[in-house]
Amino acid sequence: MSWLGPEEWQAVALSLRVATVASLFGLPLAIGMAWLLARKRFPGHGLLSAATHLPLVLPPVVTGHLLLMTFSRNAPLGGFLDRIGMSPAFHWTGAAIAAGVMAFPLMVRAIRLGFEAVDPRLEQTALTLGAGRLSVFWTVTLPLILPGIIAGGALGFAKAMGEFGATITFVANIPGQTQTLPLAIFSLLQVPGGETAASRLVLMSILIAVGAVIISEILARRAQARLLA
Amino acid sequence: MSLHVAFRRRFAGLSLDVDFDAPNGVTAIYGPSGCGKTSSVNAVAGLLRPDAGRIVLNGHTLFDDRVNLPPNRRRIGYVFQDARLFPHMTVAKNLDYGARFAPDPADLATRSRVIDMLGLGELLTRRPAGLSGGERQRVAIGRALLSSPQLLIMDEPLASLDPARKAEILPYLTRLRAAGGPPILYVSHAMAEIAALADQLIVMAEGRVTHAGPLTDALADPIAARLIGGSEGGALLPATIAEHSADDLTRLDTPAGALWLPRAPLAVGEQVRLRILAHEVMLSREHPQGLSALNVLPGQVLQVSTGADKVLVQLQLGQARLLSAITARSAQALALAPGAACFAILKTVALIQTG
Repeated sequence: MSWLGPEEWQAVALSLRVATVASLFGLPLAIGMAWLLARKRFPGHGLLSAATHLPLVLPPVVTGHLLLMTFSRNAPLGGFLDRIGMSPAFHWTGAAIAAGVMAFPLMVRAIRLGFEAVDPRLEQTALTLGAGRLSVFWTVTLPLILPGIIAGGALGFAKAMGEFGATITFVANIPGQTQTLPLAIFSLLQVPGGETAASRLVLMSILIAVGAVIISEILARRAQARLLA
Repeated sequence: MSLHVAFRRRFAGLSLDVDFDAPNGVTAIYGPSGCGKTSSVNAVAGLLRPDAGRIVLNGHTLFDDRVNLPPNRRRIGYVFQDARLFPHMTVAKNLDYGARFAPDPADLATRSRVIDMLGLGELLTRRPAGLSGGERQRVAIGRALLSSPQLLIMDEPLASLDPARKAEILPYLTRLRAAGGPPILYVSHAMAEIAALADQLIVMAEGRVTHAGPLTDALADPIAARLIGGSEGGALLPATIAEHSADDLTRLDTPAGALWLPRAPLAVGEQVRLRILAHEVMLSREHPQGLSALNVLPGQVLQVSTGADKVLVQLQLGQARLLSAITARSAQALALAPGAACFAILKTVALIQTG
């Protein structure tokens, strides 16, 4: 990657780290939330569904500000994390949190569709064969929604790679710390003569996005083929 | 084994109030669609929660006002109308699915016996998507059996198959019955299947059990035959292949006496079932002369039951009971009354292979 300067390369590496962490940690939570929304009926179901989708409809700067308030030293959660030395403020983990929160609704949507496509009668059949609820989930439900999980993961990863508004609001734009790929492009475009470097990062950005889509497509096809072959 | 079922459950369009016992062997639950057959077996399997009642299998309470075991702890195998194979697993993985949860999993010998009995050996590495409807249903039966169930429920296992596939599966089911597997609750609205398989018959209508008892008795009983409806009444006789004659006939020994049928491709000594529908039995007060029918048996009238359409005459023939459906005019002309001696002329006798 000699065509990228060290600072540019730093932004790419940071973005990959942020997006990977955001989608890896977000995925299990998204699976749980998707299961809850797809399979359970309870008071407040509609409210929870709407709340999950909030980051999708709120202006990202608002989401960023809400994160800032939640993780500020004066707030309970932020204060606690600060005391144990794990405050995400102005730290790459904060960028990962912002990216994860923004990607969450997309992951939940894709996985929820997967849950809704699973025939509940198959799970019922597994019960009659002696499998407990948890075993049914691991051995029947999860393998059947694998294509949905892969799609959700890829979508979440791509969204996390591109997250801008909430990240810059929450953790600012510190090179090497919180300056992800989109933030670096933004900064380069603010200075005269930065267009060439910005174009290189734009190209890099496109390559990563296309790569993620292709890999998820291959994985999803493989998972689908197992059901049909 | 013993299964006792008594429960109530209200639905929007149907109120179920079911009470029956099922002993060993195959107990068929028969009735028109919507009468509550499937809901009843679902309650036994734990897939439907009754409003109140008691379900006991082999002394273990599955459901009462304090207990409601989840389906996975009832040890009841279930073969659904649609095979419901796990699409992401091979046939072998589907078959072995239940074993890992069973407290006494089927050993390897049992596994290969089930695979042989159901003809699954060639299919083990295949995936469900590539199987025919009949093959899928056979895998589903094997999968349920290999979960070592205390009871096997089969809900219309042949209903979604075309006649050719049905004919393909039925021998496997009779083999399963002959192999002495777990007791079976067999839901069906096809009396032909029930006649081939069942030992006990439970008739349901509008959410209630209207008749319960041994199948052979039910088919030869005018009141039960009317509940079963249509032209399904008659007799079901156990029979043994006795000899093959030079002129291509086969003699069968039955509790009603010896019967001659067109040569059957079965060995002497084999056990079969004979089904003699009520409208295939003619009656005569005297021994008929110059008649082409091969099977004419002497007997005695037990009861004459006059219904809306036909008169059903129950006969004692040897150790067996038969039904004959005749018109009211004939019944009057023959002066049939309990105790009257008469001859039954069997026009058609259907042979059902059971092993």
